[in-house]
Amino acid sequence: MSLLAEMNQKALNLGLPISVHLDITYRCNERCVHCYLDHDDHGEMTTAEITNVLEQLSDAGVFFLSLSGGEVLMRRDFFEIVERARQLLFNVKVKTNGVMIHAKEAARLRQLGVEQIQISVYSHRPEVHDAITKLPGSLNKTIRAIRFLKAQGLKVTIANVLMAGNFSDQPGVIALARELGVAYTLDPTITPKMDGDTSTVALRIPGSELKQVFNNPELVGNVEEFCAPPPAPGEDIMDGFPCSAGHTACYISPYGDVFPCVQFPLPSGNVRRQKFLDIWRHSTQLKEVRSIRARDLPTCSSCAHVGTCTRCPGLAYMEGNMRGPSTADCEKSFQRTGIPSANMLKRTREGSMSPLIQIQSLVNSGQDGPLLVEENLLTA
Amino acid sequence: MAEKYIARSTAIAARMLGGEMMVMSAADSTFFTLNEVASAIWQAADGRTPLSEIVDGKICQEFEVDREQAQRGADRFVNELSEYGILLVSDQPLTDTSSSPESR
Repeated sequence: MSLLAEMNQKALNLGLPISVHLDITYRCNERCVHCYLDHDDHGEMTTAEITNVLEQLSDAGVFFLSLSGGEVLMRRDFFEIVERARQLLFNVKVKTNGVMIHAKEAARLRQLGVEQIQISVYSHRPEVHDAITKLPGSLNKTIRAIRFLKAQGLKVTIANVLMAGNFSDQPGVIALARELGVAYTLDPTITPKMDGDTSTVALRIPGSELKQVFNNPELVGNVEEFCAPPPAPGEDIMDGFPCSAGHTACYISPYGDVFPCVQFPLPSGNVRRQKFLDIWRHSTQLKEVRSIRARDLPTCSSCAHVGTCTRCPGLAYMEGNMRGPSTADCEKSFQRTGIPSANMLKRTREGSMSPLIQIQSLVNSGQDGPLLVEENLLTA
Repeated sequence: MAEKYIARSTAIAARMLGGEMMVMSAADSTFFTLNEVASAIWQAADGRTPLSEIVDGKICQEFEVDREQAQRGADRFVNELSEYGILLVSDQPLTDTSSSPESR
């Protein structure tokens, strides 16, 4: 076990939040087609409120702090916030689109000791990237920012969100990352919007392309190992929990709302009305999230993938049940191994149990026409 | 032998976790955990207190260790962390500690 994993385990045992993702604004200068946020300002926390939250997080034991948005640099007090965070000795990671980062901003981030900058790049081609961000010229500005940051010796990671519209450009983004001398990470997860609108989900890459990703050694390393059938789960797996959300990590919105994770919109408290530690320790919602073990999941506990699936409880929550399957992760497990998930099998069984032809008698219906009407020749 | 004064670098992230100090270098992301004794030295590294005084007044008092052994351990610890730029070492007091990270 690595030293970091040991510390995570220790934080878990002590019930401490070691990581917090803090969105300081939802405002943004881009309008990405897949974004899950409402970009209007509904009353962001002030500088003083954020400073107060940072002090509380420090006292609570938080070490890893991700500052994100929206676009973080839309806040005029962004550097003031980072400065205070660094005075409080957080390990600070900044997520940005880089459009507003020039030489001066890059130098300031370096001076403040920011550990890592994550920048979203959707394509190496301006016409594709800019069509996703809906900001003409954004790719060139983002690449320029990466060069400024690299010139300062900062650690930069390109985050490549994969969608149907940019999937084929993924090798080009890898080559761009290599040329710029920065790390590359990809994410094929497109989430519904925070208001429940699921229209963005249609942008997800289809399963066949997901399979290509999982079979690319450049991305996953040892393909045979990565795509291996899941081993039979032991007791430790069944007593385990899916991820760090609510256990050692949580998310705070620009309005002070606390959630188990940025992808888990279960309102658990608000730092404008409550102390962070009171929310962390006593929130009914966080307690419920923490109480769930793999064996408590009605469908997933019987799934072959239960020990290896990346099941996201937040996505499951957005599908209606935090204990239910996250179908996007079912698809990933299936495309990775070729073995259908328990949820997929259940749906198939439910489908096969339905009659192929439903016959509705219209006798006494008072309608003219044939006495028998065939409906739904094929049921889903 | 000349006195040593030690101060924590500002280019680090640090947090106490269950009696152990986690420290990460912002420069190269090297991650350290310090045991209780090392954490006590770390927290006392204000740039003004000589290392020998930290060993006498804090380590020997709080951890019931032999003075010579404690001094050797402290020297080793300071040398190692200074190689990574995590601790700043000088034979003069490091007076500019206003920008030193807060010890939490």
